[in-house]
Formats: sequence, C-alpha cells, structure tokens
Amino acid sequence: MNELDTIAAEIIKAINALPQVQQSVTQDTNIARDLGLDSLAVMNFVMTLEDQFDVSISMDKLADIKTVRDLADAIAELKRHQTGT
Amino acid sequence: MTILDKFAHLRATYGSLQAMGQDPFSVRFDKVVSPNEAMLNGRRVILLGTNNYLGLTFDESCIASAVEAVREAGTGTTGSRIANGTYGSHAELERRLADFYGRRSAMVFTTGYQANLGILSTVAGPDDHILIDADSHASIYDGCRLGSAKVTRFRHNDPDDLARRLRRMKDLPGNKLIVVEGIYSMLGDAAPLKEFVEVKREWGGFLLVDEAHSMGVLGAKGRGLAEQVGVEADVDFIVGTFSKSLGAVGGYCVSDLPDFDVLRVACRPYMFTASLPPSVIASVTQALTRVEQDTGLRQRLAFNAHRLYHGLQREGFIVGPQPNPIVSIRLPSLETAITFWNALLESGVYLNLALPPATPDNFPLLRSSVSAAHTTEQIDQVISVFASIGRSLGVIEPEVVAAE
Ligand SMILES: Cc1ncc(COP(=O)(O)O)c(C=O)c1O
Repeated sequence: MNELDTIAAEIIKAINALPQVQQSVTQDTNIARDLGLDSLAVMNFVMTLEDQFDVSISMDKLADIKTVRDLADAIAELKRHQTGT
Repeated sequence: MTILDKFAHLRATYGSLQAMGQDPFSVRFDKVVSPNEAMLNGRRVILLGTNNYLGLTFDESCIASAVEAVREAGTGTTGSRIANGTYGSHAELERRLADFYGRRSAMVFTTGYQANLGILSTVAGPDDHILIDADSHASIYDGCRLGSAKVTRFRHNDPDDLARRLRRMKDLPGNKLIVVEGIYSMLGDAAPLKEFVEVKREWGGFLLVDEAHSMGVLGAKGRGLAEQVGVEADVDFIVGTFSKSLGAVGGYCVSDLPDFDVLRVACRPYMFTASLPPSVIASVTQALTRVEQDTGLRQRLAFNAHRLYHGLQREGFIVGPQPNPIVSIRLPSLETAITFWNALLESGVYLNLALPPATPDNFPLLRSSVSAAHTTEQIDQVISVFASIGRSLGVIEPEVVAAE
C-alpha cells in the first residue's frame, strides 16, 4: 500500500466507527452526501482525524473535500508540509 | 422546482415542531410589561429567556435618556458611521466604552453580530490564521467566512487542543488570532481564559474575547471574564453587544492596538450599514453608567443565577457545568423538549428552546437566562413549575417524601 492508501484505510476505519454509519465505505464515498452527515458532524469527525494524523485542516480546505480520497489527499499533503516541525 | 426547494427538509422539521403545540419560533408577545413579565395570548408569563441580565430595558433613567435623544436628534441617523451617521453622542459612547475598559479605542457597530463579522473579517487577512472554539456563536463563524484568513476550530474550552493546533502551525507565516467567548450562550459555561492566555503566551498570537454574555455580568466592575480572572492585559480585542446587559441593540469592539482606528475605513460591516439611532446611543450610554455605578445589579443577578441553577440541580435536572445567568437543562429527546417547553408556557414561564445542531453534544436544551430584575419568588415559582412538569414527563425522579 502506498501512503495515500494507508491514510485512506485509517479514515475508512474511523468512519466505520461512527455510530451513524451503516453502509460500506470506499475511497470514492462522498463523506457528507453518502453518509448523511451534516456539516457540523463532518467538522467534528475531521477533528478526531486531525489528532490521529497530527495535522490541522483549515475550514476552507475542508470545504473542497468531498470524498474519502480527497480527505486522504489533503492529509497526506499536510503531513508532507508539517512533518519535522 | 422552485428556488426554495432546497429547504424542504427544514420545512418538514419545522412543520413537525409546529404540530406539537405553540410554535417556539413564532412566539408573539401581546405586550412586554417589564424586564421580567409579558402578556402572551392574554396571559401573564414570566420572561426567563431574554438575555436581559440587568433588567435595564425598563430602567427609568435609560428610558428618559432615550426619550430626550429622540426628541432632540430625531428617530434615526439615516447614514453610515463614515458618512453622516456619526453624531457627537456616537463618539462620546465610544470614549465611554474605551474608558470603561481602560483601553485606547472603541468602535461601535450597529449590532454585536456585525461587530464580530467586521472585526474577524478585517483584522485577519489572507495570510493569517484564525483559531476558533468549536462551539462559537454563529456571528464568529460568519465573520470567519466573510474574511479570507485560514480558519481552524479547536475543541470547546480545551486549551491543550488549542496548543496542539498552534504547535502544528508554528512554522506557517502570518498572524494567529485566537477567538473565545466569555460565557457560552448555550450552556452558560465560561472559557478557561487563564489557561488560554498561557497558551497564547507560549505560542504567540492575538486573542479576541467575545464578552456578549459576560459584560455587566462578571468582574468586580462588570467588564467580563477577562476582568474576573485578571488577564485583561493579555486580551487584544474585546467584542461585546448592547443587546443583553445594556438592554438595547448594537455592538462594539475595544482594543489597545495603536492603529485600531484605521479599521473604521477598512471594515465593511462598519462602513456599509446605517449607524445606531440617537435614542439607542443615549439609552446605552446611560445603561453603561448604571453598570458602573450600581454594583447591586450584578449581586442580585448572581444571587438569582445561583438560586435557579442549584434549585434545578437539586430537583435532579442535568444543568450546565457552572452556575451563571444562563441556566440550561438538558433533555433526552426532541419530543420531550418540545412537550416540556409547551408545558412551561402553559404554566406561565417563557424561556428558549434550543435544538440540535445549535446545541453542544446534539441534545435539546431548555435555556433560561436569569435577570437581576427577577424576584426571589419568581425564581422559586419557576423551579417548582420545572419540577412538576419534569416529574410528570419522567425527566426527573418522582418526588421522594422526605422525613422532616
Ligand atoms: C456570543 C455572542 N456574540 C455575539 C452575539 C450577537 O449580538 P447581537 O444580538 O448584538 O447581534 C451574540 C448574540 O446572540 C452572542 O451570543
């Protein structure tokens, strides 16, 4: 698995742990629309991922993130910039 | 298809609310008779949800000032602060606010909402970062959206979480602006401001405190949470409102930054809206005098707040973490909350119904705000009404017959 797939796998694991989520989740799953999460629920969910990966995703970035893959991309990108700091 | 179709699901939720009794979003008082009583559908109700912390809406001296101003200066300014909308009285109120806080400058806005909108969107630029508490008021979220800074939320009242986020961005260029509230409007909990200040000192940045619900409420002089915990020197901007303790409408920001006044020609929600009418400026100026001179108001408010908070807690209700003038009880479900709210109204008590997602942890709340104007009898009456409804709905345990 490359780094992106590893991050995506962690995200999917975290999504599956959400009480609201029943359906199966892939990298193409649209986090808000397919999972029926409102914007607040998405922001709160992302907070737990931020701790897990030790990154901060700003709200404007979050607005561009639709799918699990987008989120994994964003985290991978942030990790590249923030590691070593 | 109409342009409003996107609200279909909101419409449905709202419809089901209306079906359960009186619509909580369209209460119309026949007449508000005092800071703590109104007529509603021909019946007298106790007002327990109006943010009228000091009860100054009917203060004789404030009314007299407003009446005099409306006669002298007319009903409105019909213009912006930077055109024809600044009278001597606007400038004087700004001076008075700056003096009240012991700061260099103050700016008065047309509402508190606009004060947050204006300050947050202007002070932080595209290269800056705003860090906001996750449970921030809508006006703080909207101020962030109007501006171009990067915005990060930290966990509610969690200085360690703020520190983690500041650590992650320590090498990023740009200024950091930390935003917290004095007292949070849903549960009445205060920010751990001393600890936030320590984080700010460690990592650097600017600190804005929204004292909307704490001005006139906390601190020996009524300046709010920053005064109460002794960290005013570490707070760069204080935002507040005239719509709660001061009993009118309007907002402000005070600061010691030397260039603060340049915001008057940069801040769009300040520049592109009409200024407050002279009567409002006059009543607010007088209300500020009352806050400065009558410390008894704050003592009565604190007494009433503690009485309600501990009274409801003793009955077995789940209250917020601290006794402040906002006293909220948490209810297990939407249905119970709406039924409870309707029953309170039937029994002559008006307060706010707060529903998810506007509430923390997604539980519905019945939100009271206590006033210095409430009598002890009113507070006790409210507690007993709460208790009897709470028991009949099974929210609290049935009464145990205690041996005297
Ligand atoms: C924390 C907070 N900030 C700002 C505001 C806005 O105040 P105003 O009513 O003056 O627009 C409110 C009012 O609800 C508030 O609760």
